[in-house]
Amino acid sequence: MSTDTLPESPADVAPQPPSSLIPAKKRIGDSVFKTLSTGAGTTILVILALVAAFLLVQAIPALTTPQDQQLANGYGYFPTWIVPFAFGTVWAAAWALLLAVPVALGIALFISHYAPRRLAQGLGYLIDLLAAVPSVVFGLWGIIVLAPAMMPVYTWLNAYLGWIPLFGGQVSGTGRTLLTAAVVLAVMILPIITSLTREVFLQTPKLHEEAALALGATRWEMVKMSVLPFGRAGIVSACMLGLGRALGETMAVAMVLSGSDVITIEILTSTNTNTIAATIAQNFPEAFALKQNQLIAGGLVLFVITLAVNMIARWIVARRAQYSGAN
Amino acid sequence: MSTTVAQKSIPSLTAGKLPRGTTPGVLVASVVVTGAVTALFGGFNLAGTVVGGIVVFLVAMYAASWAVEGRRKASDRLATHLVFGAFALALIPLASVTWEAVSNGVARFDVQFFTYSMRNVVGAGGGAAHALVGTLWVTGLATLISVPIGLMTAVYLSEYGRGTLARSITFFVDVMTGIPSIVAGLFAFAVMSILVGPGTVSGLSGAIALSVLMIPVVVRSTEELLRIVPNELREASYALGVPKWRTILRVVMPTALSGIVAGVILAIARVIGETAPLMIAAGFTQSMNANPLSNAMMTMPVFVYDSYAHPGVDVLPYTERSWAGALALIAIVMILNLVGRFIAARFAPRTGR
Repeated sequence: MSTDTLPESPADVAPQPPSSLIPAKKRIGDSVFKTLSTGAGTTILVILALVAAFLLVQAIPALTTPQDQQLANGYGYFPTWIVPFAFGTVWAAAWALLLAVPVALGIALFISHYAPRRLAQGLGYLIDLLAAVPSVVFGLWGIIVLAPAMMPVYTWLNAYLGWIPLFGGQVSGTGRTLLTAAVVLAVMILPIITSLTREVFLQTPKLHEEAALALGATRWEMVKMSVLPFGRAGIVSACMLGLGRALGETMAVAMVLSGSDVITIEILTSTNTNTIAATIAQNFPEAFALKQNQLIAGGLVLFVITLAVNMIARWIVARRAQYSGAN
Repeated sequence: MSTTVAQKSIPSLTAGKLPRGTTPGVLVASVVVTGAVTALFGGFNLAGTVVGGIVVFLVAMYAASWAVEGRRKASDRLATHLVFGAFALALIPLASVTWEAVSNGVARFDVQFFTYSMRNVVGAGGGAAHALVGTLWVTGLATLISVPIGLMTAVYLSEYGRGTLARSITFFVDVMTGIPSIVAGLFAFAVMSILVGPGTVSGLSGAIALSVLMIPVVVRSTEELLRIVPNELREASYALGVPKWRTILRVVMPTALSGIVAGVILAIARVIGETAPLMIAAGFTQSMNANPLSNAMMTMPVFVYDSYAHPGVDVLPYTERSWAGALALIAIVMILNLVGRFIAARFAPRTGR
């Protein structure tokens, strides 16, 4: 064995430090394998760069074509055409987040601290099953089942709270409103927020919890004093990731919402602002030439929005990992 | 005054607590009372009664608990009820989606549905065989592209990766997880438009779109598993003089194999229901197309959407087919999930901890 690693000539000995470490023999298999795995890792970076590059190349005509030609051959002048849809994307996602977060936190607490120990994991799987339902099925369910079922609620909200601009206007006759779309989106992002916050809640140091209980705290006070403060960064980043998913979700909105390019904050009427993703899905199959470029440019805008949201979320997680003792 | 003195003289463990069975009792009572009151005013409806009853229950329990047990205990009870309520609330859509898909989908969930395409079908009849074949092709190709890249990246991250490259790969894999599915579809479409020709749609294009969504999922789950393989195993292998690459192939990977397989299955389950990217990259068709390299290829999710969104004059058969497709899709995803979880749990590696 040692003969293999003996230096062949005196020249090799000279630069070696006087150490007991004998360099391992270079093996071809090792360098091939390392190159392959490093190459795969680099491929991912390349793919991401390609996504941005190809979208950019296809989107450029929508940004450089003169305004009058865009008006004639496209959907409109791109910078002004995209604004309502960008607003609709954020508006729908914000409502989804508003509806989903309290419920998701409740479920996460239920699984981590309230449910009987033996059932907790099984019940967690049950919630994960929600994530397994394809978005097109949620869309179908949203428009056929949920929209009609929500009608009485909308009529009630409009009748009694209609003086608030949000609930004002003429109630939609079909239930295909922004609120219905937001409810479907909320159901879809619920399992993501739940599973992330659940993990954070389970990491709460047992000593913190027991210390709170030993001081005579009730279970809710224990949760308020030890679990929630410990998980704050985790909750925020889970919400951001949920928001990212809601911003990019396409089919559910495309099927449920009867969208237009009018900016409105009313969430119960039949005039709703469409989202970028839904606009692309609804128009792409029939689009060609400049219109196609404009839709791809819209996709680029969506990509940038979700990228920003996700990066902020990851940054929060990374910052937390540095000072958290649990990791 | 005299009564409090009398109570204090009889020490009891249950003093100052609401008796057992108060919670379910008050819950039933509040729902019944709400139902009765609304019926009295002629505005009875079931959903409204349940919602109203629960609100009444929360208020009543809070008040009762405050009176008997004090403010802190009352907030504790309120929080507990809200937490249980949140869980119950989340089960409603799950139960509703499953029920609707089964009850509406079963009408067309027959042999014809899985053996006929929609070619020349107007109205009733026809099936989703073309979509099933398309889904198998597209998902299969996406798996073929994603698994080697994802697996090797995970190996790099857990076995080799140090420094800036590893950190940036980890970061961008996370970023990739958040790419909206429709953007992945636009990417595949843009690639094909530039490389092959404008407006090209094909099964391969759909597979590229799905790969963009699938790779980060494979990397994430595989890397996690490779990391929990105990270092003792690697060191034992090195001590026997086994090179690093053989250690990874023959020791590390087999130990984590069950988890890797489960991770891949769960990743397939995640992308098999994607609609938007396939609609853009793989297109629509009513005919069987078993060649993923040319022409549009139908897939199950797109079939569900198309059947609902573009019905013929007689709407019912289209909606029925749509629900049957939804049922088939849910069944596929659930089975994949169960199989993945079963493999992960049954053949989990012994980590020695």
